[in-house]
Amino acid sequence: MTDAKPVLHLDNIVKTFPGVRALDDVSFSVMPGEVHALMGENGAGKSTLMKVLGGIYQPDGGDIYMGDDKVVMSGPLEAKAKGIVFIHQELSLAEELTVAENIYLGELPKKSFGRVDWGKLAEQTNAILQKLKVGFDAKTRVGDLSIANQQMVEIARALTVDAKAVIFDEPTASLTDAEKVVLFDVIADLKRDGVGIIYISHRMEEIFKITDRISVLRDGQYQGTVATADSTEESVTQMMIGRKLDLSRNVSHHELGDVALEVRGLSCGKLYQDVSFEVRRGEVLGFYGLVGAGRTEIAETLFGLRDPSAGRILLDGEDVRIQSPADAIARGISLVPEDRKGQGLVLGMNCRDNMTLPQVDDLKAGPFVAEGAEVAIFDQYRDRLDIRTPGWKARAGNLSGGNQQKIVIGKWLSMHPSVLIVDEPTRGIDVGSKSEIHKLLRELAAQGYAVMVISSEMPEVLHVSDRIIAMYSGRVMRTFTSDEVTEDNLIQAISGLGGDQAA
Amino acid sequence: MATLSKERLGSVLASQGILIAFVLFMIAFTIANPKFLSADNVLSVIRSSAIIGVIALGVTFVVISGNLDLSVGSMMSFSTIVVLDLHDKIGPLMAIPAMFAMTLCLGAFIGFLVGYLRLNSLIVTLGMLSAIHGLTLTYSGGQNMDIADKAGTWFGVFGQGDALGIPVPILIFVLLAAVLGMVLAKTPFGRKVYAVGGNGTAATFSGIPRARTVFYCYLTSAFCVATAGLIQASRSLGSQNTVGQGLELEVLAAVILGGASLLGGSGTIFKTVIGVLILGFIQNGLLLVGLQFYVQFVVTWVIITLAVWLDIAAKRGKLWSPIA
Amino acid sequence: MQKGTLSKALAGGAIWGFIILELIFFSIAGSYLSISDQAFMDWDNMLLLLKQSAPIGIIAMGMTLVMVNGNIDLSVGATFAIAAIILLDSMTWPIFAGLGDWVIPVAWLLALAVGTFLGALNGLIVWKTGVDAFIVTLGSMLGFRGIVFMFNGENPTSHLNWTLVDFAEAEFLGFATASWFLVAVTIAIWFLMTKTVHGRNAYAIGDNREAAVNAGIRVGPHMMINFAIIGFLAALSAVVFYSESGSVNPNDGQLYELWVITAVVLGGTKITGGAGSVIGTFGGVIAIQLLRKGLGHIGADTSTVNLVIGLILIAVLFLDRQLNIKGKEELKV
Repeated sequence: MTDAKPVLHLDNIVKTFPGVRALDDVSFSVMPGEVHALMGENGAGKSTLMKVLGGIYQPDGGDIYMGDDKVVMSGPLEAKAKGIVFIHQELSLAEELTVAENIYLGELPKKSFGRVDWGKLAEQTNAILQKLKVGFDAKTRVGDLSIANQQMVEIARALTVDAKAVIFDEPTASLTDAEKVVLFDVIADLKRDGVGIIYISHRMEEIFKITDRISVLRDGQYQGTVATADSTEESVTQMMIGRKLDLSRNVSHHELGDVALEVRGLSCGKLYQDVSFEVRRGEVLGFYGLVGAGRTEIAETLFGLRDPSAGRILLDGEDVRIQSPADAIARGISLVPEDRKGQGLVLGMNCRDNMTLPQVDDLKAGPFVAEGAEVAIFDQYRDRLDIRTPGWKARAGNLSGGNQQKIVIGKWLSMHPSVLIVDEPTRGIDVGSKSEIHKLLRELAAQGYAVMVISSEMPEVLHVSDRIIAMYSGRVMRTFTSDEVTEDNLIQAISGLGGDQAA
Repeated sequence: MATLSKERLGSVLASQGILIAFVLFMIAFTIANPKFLSADNVLSVIRSSAIIGVIALGVTFVVISGNLDLSVGSMMSFSTIVVLDLHDKIGPLMAIPAMFAMTLCLGAFIGFLVGYLRLNSLIVTLGMLSAIHGLTLTYSGGQNMDIADKAGTWFGVFGQGDALGIPVPILIFVLLAAVLGMVLAKTPFGRKVYAVGGNGTAATFSGIPRARTVFYCYLTSAFCVATAGLIQASRSLGSQNTVGQGLELEVLAAVILGGASLLGGSGTIFKTVIGVLILGFIQNGLLLVGLQFYVQFVVTWVIITLAVWLDIAAKRGKLWSPIA
Repeated sequence: MQKGTLSKALAGGAIWGFIILELIFFSIAGSYLSISDQAFMDWDNMLLLLKQSAPIGIIAMGMTLVMVNGNIDLSVGATFAIAAIILLDSMTWPIFAGLGDWVIPVAWLLALAVGTFLGALNGLIVWKTGVDAFIVTLGSMLGFRGIVFMFNGENPTSHLNWTLVDFAEAEFLGFATASWFLVAVTIAIWFLMTKTVHGRNAYAIGDNREAAVNAGIRVGPHMMINFAIIGFLAALSAVVFYSESGSVNPNDGQLYELWVITAVVLGGTKITGGAGSVIGTFGGVIAIQLLRKGLGHIGADTSTVNLVIGLILIAVLFLDRQLNIKGKEELKV
């Protein structure tokens, strides 16, 4: 590898947008057969760099080399023709079409009269699918495949061209562990074939498992490249944020109050079964498990968005039926949802209106909304949560992820809930804001809120929770106190191994 | 920050752009024919825009909630025919509330289908366009409807009367615009309409009753249609049963011209009123300079396309679409 | 997984079930209620039905393509009227005076070219401005109608060419000329949508436009071609219809977009694009025409047809939703 030419070399790339230097002299290269991680906080310039590479943006300075040749990427098509393939985070498939049609989207083989050459298409597709060892065939409708298999279709697409470099952008975001194994096998195969791989991910454990080198960007500036084997999570994090991140384990140091919410034998069809737990005031109860383990669905049930098929919900010891979000809110349950942009905010609305949305009926001066009171609420929570906005009139869509999340949290704190459910509180949020939100969650508990935190990040649950519920496939496998829990037994529990059914 | 202020500048330009165009247009026509801006002419324009205007107020609610209402034209035919028919049967005093009740029932039905059953509003209201048209024809037996004693009724006051020297249709339009403008901009309900149209899922996750909000939008729309039907019936004291045909398009044109996005979540009553007036003055101006009434169709086409295009262009910061 | 296929099969087959239901209903109801002695399911009656379906049907095939593509075209009725006027008016133009009956193909070509041009114009605007097709064609629906009025004010435009009428009224193998055109167009668009790269791309774009763009499909020109096709078909529909009738009112074709979209939606095309079939649309067209004829057969007037069709459209939407509901576990949003 030492003598080989890089398959791809970005040399001193500069890209400016009005008022922002998005990429400042970034250099970066990928060797054949190398898995090269690209890391950085959100907004560090990773996606801008990839868009330059993909020909979507033209750089203002610097050159791109493939092997010895200097190349200009005029557009996505040209990038593809040169063998640069992107596997996007959000799948870009046409669900109504077949696997084959998706793989050859944009370049279906043609016969006379513009007809599709179905025979050739099936032949080519099957060859690729065999190589990937997948369990579906070319004629399957993509909409009928699981997410992981859909991702395989994306990867298959990458194999149709003579790929020199493949860019994976957060590929494991929605994969189960088993599916990840398959993905990593495919990456290993590509690697063996001498393809250069750029791997973008926030997940440290994956980075350390599969990559050879790590390059880090911060604020559009290149921070350096290190060999994975020579670095640690701490050192990489430090490169990314320029300081150390506190992810120590939580140690509770305040008294717990009464049980605020208790759930007994709650089930919702196939989504989850026989779930029991309780949360006390002053406690942070963590929910850890794989995507699809039923955690979000429990939260949605408690928030009145799903009807349970069996079981009881007790609030302050009283049996309740929660029919709708309005009902849940009235009973003091609040949910900070998983999908901030889709479920948490009306992006086109201003920050103030977003924050006061659940109580707009209560903030009245005569028949009208009392805007003065709204601004007061906004100001109060802006200060308390340290939300950085140009003012309440700013559209929520214009804020950074961290500030958006704080608006959503502020929205619910201003309702003075007794139970606060937070689903994936720091997904897609940069490292700096992350630790602020963690701190906030701990503070809220100390102030007497009963807090439920659902997270797919182990350091996060370990850091914020007093107790942790491990879920696997719709069931509670085990409830850990913070003294009992170790990374090992937690992983075992959420993989369906070795958990005992402790309530 | 930089992108923010640029975006703001763009949207300010876009929202003011329509006003600027309006002013330029008025100046041009006034130069072409000084009568254009005379008080008489202005009043007559607003008066003839009143019906479309009143309906457009209601449709603005529906559009901001992220839906469409293509049934308003045929619904107005229905209201007009019904109130004229009932006028002779049960007297104007009873006929008016009865007609409002019946029209509101239609609105409630659409609101139920779109709000509670979550059916696609384009198709539902397209279906209702046809269905209500059929209903009106069945109701009227295919006949035109006329008030028997046109001289002996006070019913004409809503369409023909004057109060304080201002035609009643204008007063109704202005009053309704003021009230609905306040409702939309200042009340909790108005806020919910914007939330539901902007992001229905997020609204639900904030405890906003999405279905009910959409339902009330269609009721508002039906109420406005009934009011327009009342003005129409009162103006002519007789009517064909296709009197509202095609109105839905002019109404939608006015709402879009005002800058409401069909995706929902944006638009205001004030902007809709501007849109209505632009359409009204175009129609009038073209007639005043001696062009046939149908020329306005072509002009409306060009103006709508340009208006929406420039609005989008300002938002994306590029004149031409980036689609390859 | 099975669920999706089941509801799809139901949606695909439903329209034919509905047609059979209509046939049975009107045959039975007709035997009690009909004023004529003629049976409803008479062969001649069915042939007539096919012929009468042609104007809407021909346009509906184009609408299927456009809607699968994720767009909509509200201007087809107005395009239809413009093409009709061009067809009839051009045959009287002095420059063509010396052509004799050769004026017919010239007039046809002119009408078709104008229709194609207007469609392409819509497509070009959608492509270049990025404005939603609904708004673009809503505008051009008004604009094109204005152009129609500019020809002859509110007066009808008439010209009868007997050679043309003979051609239009001719029958071949029992099928009227208009029916042949409908069948030919149906087959052509079916071939286009299922067999060709262009057709498959139409589905891909309607299904996931961004994916199509990323895959290098030139979405703008693609959509423009489809708009040109529906413009061509709206003109073809006018050419077929007015060759026989010989007179066009400036309001002709109004509400055609309503009928056409109803037929396409009845036929199972997804409003948001990505799914739908020409065969389903053909069923939708027949179903609507059956309903119109059937209601007439049992003595109901036109008002009932409007009412029934409107309600059926809503009912179809409702059924489709019920079929796609995932049961009680679903999130209540």
